[in-house]
Amino acid sequence: MERKVMIQNETGLHARPASSFVKVASQFTSDINIEFNGKLINGKSILNILSAGLQKGAEIKIIATGADEKEAVEALENLINSKFNE
Amino acid sequence: MIVGTGASPGIALGKVLIVRNEPLIIEKEEITSAEEEKGKLLEAMEISKSQIAKVREKTLKELGEEKAAIFDAHIMILEDPELTDNTINRIEKEKLNAAYALKQTVLEFITIFEAMDNEYMRERAADIRDVSDRILRNITGEQTTDLSMLEEDVILIAHDLTPSDTATMNKEKVLGFLTNIGGRTSHTAIMARSLEIPAVVGLKDITEKLESLDFVILDGETGRIEINPPDEVTEQYKALKEAYEEERKALEEVKGKESITADGRKLELAGNIGTPQDIEGLQKNDAEGVGLFRTEFIYMNRDSLPNEEEQFQAYKEVLEALNPKPVVIRTLDIGGDKKLSYLKIDEEMNPFLGYRAIRLCLKEKEIFKTQLRALLRASIYGNLKIMFPMISSLEELLEAKAVLNEVKTDLDKEGISYASNIEVGMMIEVPSAAIISDILAKHVDFFSIGTNDLIQYTCAVDRMNEKIDHLYQPFNPGVLRLIKMVIDHGHQEGIWVGMCGEMAGDKRMIPILLGMGLDEFSMSPSSILPARKLIQTLTFNKTQELVEKVLSMGTADEIEEYLKNTIK
Repeated sequence: MERKVMIQNETGLHARPASSFVKVASQFTSDINIEFNGKLINGKSILNILSAGLQKGAEIKIIATGADEKEAVEALENLINSKFNE
Repeated sequence: MIVGTGASPGIALGKVLIVRNEPLIIEKEEITSAEEEKGKLLEAMEISKSQIAKVREKTLKELGEEKAAIFDAHIMILEDPELTDNTINRIEKEKLNAAYALKQTVLEFITIFEAMDNEYMRERAADIRDVSDRILRNITGEQTTDLSMLEEDVILIAHDLTPSDTATMNKEKVLGFLTNIGGRTSHTAIMARSLEIPAVVGLKDITEKLESLDFVILDGETGRIEINPPDEVTEQYKALKEAYEEERKALEEVKGKESITADGRKLELAGNIGTPQDIEGLQKNDAEGVGLFRTEFIYMNRDSLPNEEEQFQAYKEVLEALNPKPVVIRTLDIGGDKKLSYLKIDEEMNPFLGYRAIRLCLKEKEIFKTQLRALLRASIYGNLKIMFPMISSLEELLEAKAVLNEVKTDLDKEGISYASNIEVGMMIEVPSAAIISDILAKHVDFFSIGTNDLIQYTCAVDRMNEKIDHLYQPFNPGVLRLIKMVIDHGHQEGIWVGMCGEMAGDKRMIPILLGMGLDEFSMSPSSILPARKLIQTLTFNKTQELVEKVLSMGTADEIEEYLKNTIK
């Protein structure tokens, strides 16, 4: 299961939003990856996500594989679209 | 005597404890079984996790949620699947020992983080290091000095103190800190101030100079250190310490009180700050606002211009923390003696009279506009007032205001919101501006007098030139008359007038400025409570008479002498 989304919050996937993303992703058993510029980023890894420096306007693909992939993709998409309640 | 950077005020006298937390030396070793190494790694991670959880709990109880949050970040790093997986991979594929494999994995991340042009990410690199050191010590069994078990009062001596060190230590027993590295905004310094433990940092090799039975005295205000001093020196410091503590106690009493004279004139006592990290000092000293937020720090110590987003975050942080108190943010005051490596400015004969501050911003409009955009965007988070530095003519002021309006129009077009009531003011630090302040006052919402430069320009004295520093006179009658004129002009046009130079916090000067009618006094945060205490003992009426008397005098010496005798 995959879904394209755009990062819309001001800080990008950085600081608090990055940890919120990891927290939500870690609740699911599925493997979760972010595809950006042809690279795969582990969605449960704070170190990987911070290293990627995803900024506002970045178009990413959330890819989840596993038993709860549908729920995982939806939860993460909502989180991003809510702009992390910034 | 040794001198370092005074990082947290107060005086401490005591025996030293040298904290051994230098970087671990981890070497590549032959391994017998990858499975065994994997086991070591996972066990050390489990132990580290429960240790961090304990530290977090302790911190939460003693210092609150905000300081505890750093350990949530540590746990998240510890639980990071990439950290574990990459390390296990190295153990299995490259046949590395657990400690060395972890070190390699961690280095990879630290290298990426440290290379990023972003203060936040560089701080995270320090977090990764803190977490990995903990795991490494749990793998190797090499323990650090356990600061939670301190038995007697000590002054801690360390290369640097990590967040884990300061969180776990038994604070009851720690009299002070001395560290080799760090500046006023390093972790050790911030923690020392928030715990009110005297500290001196940036001592280079203090861990080498001291031995465990040494006795030291440190003065966290001046940054002075005395090692095994003679008795009379110890006695002097003991007296100083007592006086300091008594004064602190007296100042505590004016916290939360209004800054009001005995006859009821209310003033605003604000703080001068240089980075968002200074917020803590403002709150501690009960500042009623920020009278000067120097924005240069965002531009310094880096290789390229800061982007709008970075600036926005910094301004927002300060505005939010202070809201609804006013925050005067000064636009970029760079050039002259303050240089930026990435912005090429030719050498000048007279940098103080040269290409700097607003002069530079009006030429390099893109730099100026980026800053104004960031300021406007941040304005919705608090009570922002924008201030232009070094204005010397009406044309410059109008041009700067026109650029601000251009940026506002751009934001309107893009549908980006900003506060509608942002006050715009200017510094008065150039005599030509002071002299036409009656005209300038019609175009701004406030003045803030920058005395350091105003004295230098009015008296034609380079404040860096030691040969003539006796001519750099805050009490120069010409300077005082000029200040009075600016305040009167401002009030004639119905705008408020503040001051953000050293003078505003000077106890001898406060009665005069009060008598002249100054509305806002902005000073280093530590001067605020003493100033409030003084103001409560003064009456506006009497200080007005004082001003009249002083302004009739012909020399700075006469004025200084008179003030010394009339004000205790």
